Amino acid sequence: MTDLMWRIAGGSGDGIDSTSQNFAKALMRAGLDVFTHRHYPSRIRGGHTYVEVRADSEPVRSRGDGFNFLLALGDSFARNPQADANTVYGNEEIKPLSENLDDLNEGGIIVYDEGLLDEETLERADIDLEARAEENDWHVFPLDLRGLAREHGREVMRNTAGVGATAALLDMDLEHIEALMEDAMTGDVLEANLEILERAYDTVREDYEFDHDLRVPTGDHDEQQVLMSGSNAVAYAAIDEGCRFIAGYPMTPWTDVFTILSQHLPKFGGIAEQVEDEIAAAALAVGASHAGVKSMSGSSGGGFALMSEPLGLAEMTETPIVLLEAMRAGPSTGMPTKPEQGDLEHVLYTSQGDSCRVVFAPANVTECYEQTRAAFRLAYDYQLPAVVVIDQKLSGEMRNADESFFDREPNTDPGSVLTEAEISEAAHHESGKFKRYQHGAENGVSPRSIPGQKDGRFLASGNEHTPEGHISESPTNRVAQMDRRMRKLDAIRGELDDAESSHQTQYGPEDAEYGLLVWGSQQDTVFEAVDQLNDAGESVKALGVSDLMPFPESEVAAFLESVESCMVVEMNASAQFRGLVQRELGRFGPKLNSLLKYNGESFEPHEVVDGFERIVSQEASVPEGTKFVPAAGD
Amino acid sequence: MSVFSAIGEDREIDRDEFTPGIEPQATWCPGCGDFGVLKALKQAMPEIGRTPDETLLVTGIGCSGKLSSYFESYGFHSIHGRSLPVARAAKLANPGLEVIAAGGDGDGYGIGGNHFMHTARENHDMTYIVFNNEIFGLTKGQTSPTSPKGHKSKTQPHGSAKDPVRPMSLSLASGSSYIARTAAVNPNQAKEILVEAMEHDGFAHVDFLTQCPTWNKDAKQYVPYTDVQDDDEFDFDVTDRREAADAMYEAESRLHEGEVLTGRFYVDSERPSYGEEKRATEEMPEEPLAERYLDEDAEWERSADLLHHHR
Ligand SMILES: Cc1ncc(C[n+]2csc(CCOP(=O)(O)OP(=O)(O)O)c2C)c(N)n1
Ligand code: SF4
Repeated sequence: MTDLMWRIAGGSGDGIDSTSQNFAKALMRAGLDVFTHRHYPSRIRGGHTYVEVRADSEPVRSRGDGFNFLLALGDSFARNPQADANTVYGNEEIKPLSENLDDLNEGGIIVYDEGLLDEETLERADIDLEARAEENDWHVFPLDLRGLAREHGREVMRNTAGVGATAALLDMDLEHIEALMEDAMTGDVLEANLEILERAYDTVREDYEFDHDLRVPTGDHDEQQVLMSGSNAVAYAAIDEGCRFIAGYPMTPWTDVFTILSQHLPKFGGIAEQVEDEIAAAALAVGASHAGVKSMSGSSGGGFALMSEPLGLAEMTETPIVLLEAMRAGPSTGMPTKPEQGDLEHVLYTSQGDSCRVVFAPANVTECYEQTRAAFRLAYDYQLPAVVVIDQKLSGEMRNADESFFDREPNTDPGSVLTEAEISEAAHHESGKFKRYQHGAENGVSPRSIPGQKDGRFLASGNEHTPEGHISESPTNRVAQMDRRMRKLDAIRGELDDAESSHQTQYGPEDAEYGLLVWGSQQDTVFEAVDQLNDAGESVKALGVSDLMPFPESEVAAFLESVESCMVVEMNASAQFRGLVQRELGRFGPKLNSLLKYNGESFEPHEVVDGFERIVSQEASVPEGTKFVPAAGD
Repeated sequence: MSVFSAIGEDREIDRDEFTPGIEPQATWCPGCGDFGVLKALKQAMPEIGRTPDETLLVTGIGCSGKLSSYFESYGFHSIHGRSLPVARAAKLANPGLEVIAAGGDGDGYGIGGNHFMHTARENHDMTYIVFNNEIFGLTKGQTSPTSPKGHKSKTQPHGSAKDPVRPMSLSLASGSSYIARTAAVNPNQAKEILVEAMEHDGFAHVDFLTQCPTWNKDAKQYVPYTDVQDDDEFDFDVTDRREAADAMYEAESRLHEGEVLTGRFYVDSERPSYGEEKRATEEMPEEPLAERYLDEDAEWERSADLLHHHR
């Protein structure tokens, strides 16, 4: 039986998000593994938006290839308050039905609101639905969702009618959906929604014969599941690491994490600040951390550019902070609601001088939690900034996980901070000043004091400085301080290499001939492609890289040694990760070619499969929207 | 032993405690007004009864930014224009600290102008000293936001066509609850004003006129000056916004004409500080947040408490 890939489409503001979230939760409660994928335009009302919910009894790794159930809700401009929206937005008269047919898989199901999507719309879009349905073996169900909703409640409740129809067509129990509605609503609204749900369900059961195969798969979890987005996981990791100060400025998609923490930190005894700009935001994080509070800031590309200064200040003053960079397509304001991995070099090298920071790029929701926790721990143990880089895809996608995974002990240790008793024993200058930045320290870490502690006085300076913090341009002091700061990265690399659970993930048969190298949010999609390729008789494995700085040299080198050729898969136009690999390892150039995508969409597994064919056959062309860049020196 | 035992320490404090026994030789030019700020600040500290260990001085970049090198306390010599966001977060993290921010006119009214406006608006309980020498000192004499119109420099060879910033008026409009102007040549008034500013519960902005004999030779040395509190001509109510605004406007205009008016220009002791506001709405803990990390008995909530929303 195939897995379910359900797409709900409509206008922004149609309740697509909440409906899909509830549907995903209901499937999770029914014992399935779920994955959601959000697509939305950069506008508040109107415009075309959809969410896909994929569910299976097996672990689900990505949005999958295309989809097999379309629930097309109303015309996105039907309720746009601007009467002339059509003329204002020109050709953006997007219709959820006509717009969403291209990726609907063979044998798929379409439920659409016949009240809004009439013949004329299809004609105008030059779509012969009947012919295409026949050709693709689609099962089409025009339903009066709006009418049903109006009859028992209000028109906006037609989402519920759509979900009821979905459940009927998939032979799914209403029990979990109803329970979720009962959690979220009360009174008349609840009554009306329940009524609409059941009526839609019954209508479909009574009025239609089903000749499609798609049914909700059955699944069974051993443990209580939770549905989490990448942003949730990052925010919760921060809470569990004792982060109690957040400063930020809104920018999509970073805003998700900023909002979650702004809502929760004050309740948890912390402080949240929305400030004038991103320079201030990161500078506040530095100030709060200097004064002894675990703190965080973050942004997306443009705002992160402004943070370049305080980021460097944190490196030089050795003030721990954690920054989140939630990437979207650039340059400049780029495409605010579309994912890209184009800020890799920006997060690694932004700010003047040599970079002395930790940079992590988690693969998925659970890794978001693990690596954000690791980022805090390393930042505070080693006194440097740690950057967690995700993207618009990972920030918004939801997945289920065992609740116990997130149910962990907090770590509120402020890291290498001395108590007053320890300060009194520590080295001081004869003037009484505490030697905060001592030269020696094998792992680079010279413990710090916190303002207000007795006899801990020192000067934190963004200028090069002596052990007490005073500005110094002495060549010997400069080399000693610089070397010590850089030694931290070696020590961290050693620690990460020793760690039981490496964040680099090998996938596929150990002895495979070909390699796929991938970083950040595209890892699981590529792993799914690896399965497809091996099922088709190829010999392929993948390495997903989540640590960017310090770079996992030995793991990546060993992987590249072991394959004949390797395709680096990433979402940017200039093969930034491939560049990083070559820079860090200084060889393997001729073995590496690239599959790139930068049209504002993340990879689907079949695109990686098709791209791979290009390496092997040298003739095949890559799918539309992707680009193949051969190895240098070829 | 308490976690921050330096905070609230009750003892006689000597101004010499604020002289670092390290790099005592300031690199400021002979005759620089910055010496006057340093001296006044050192004299003010014993009067407010704060020790070096419970004081955090955050400075920007410029000759003025070096203040933290010549003043013994916890110090943070940050980056150009950013002393305020660093300082105000430290105050939120640990309200027990005496937090002072300082920098030049380029630092505070130019590159850091946005932070100035917003820190004033929030009324953080801290003191902000701006060394106003009407010039960029450290980068060797370029026109600054407070340089008078027509001022010639290497980067403005034909004379600046811009009206200078009016720091006090800007400060009042932004929301500072204490605003004063003093001058390095007037150490007694300067000390008094710094004491008041530090004791004030809210954002206290001191526009501190400092001469730069090296790059701003033409400019007045800020003498003779008139203390607006001592002169009958300026009989205005410092607690009245409108009267204060007029007095500031007057003082700023006359400075452009070469007459120096100093003193307190605005004092609002009623308005709660940002920290008080935030505590009142329970957006900030009663106890200094920074203490919890070093307190072994502190209780911490976990994100698991939120997981039921996700089931
Ligand atoms: C981002 C940035 N831009 C420029 C500089 C160079 N810079 C250092 S000090 C300074 C001007 C300082 O003038 P002011 O703030 O008036 O202080 P003063 O030196 O007169 O005390 C400038 C432009 C810098 N350090 N950082
Ligand atoms: S350049 Fe001007 S401001 Fe700087 S130290 Fe010399 S006199 Fe003072």
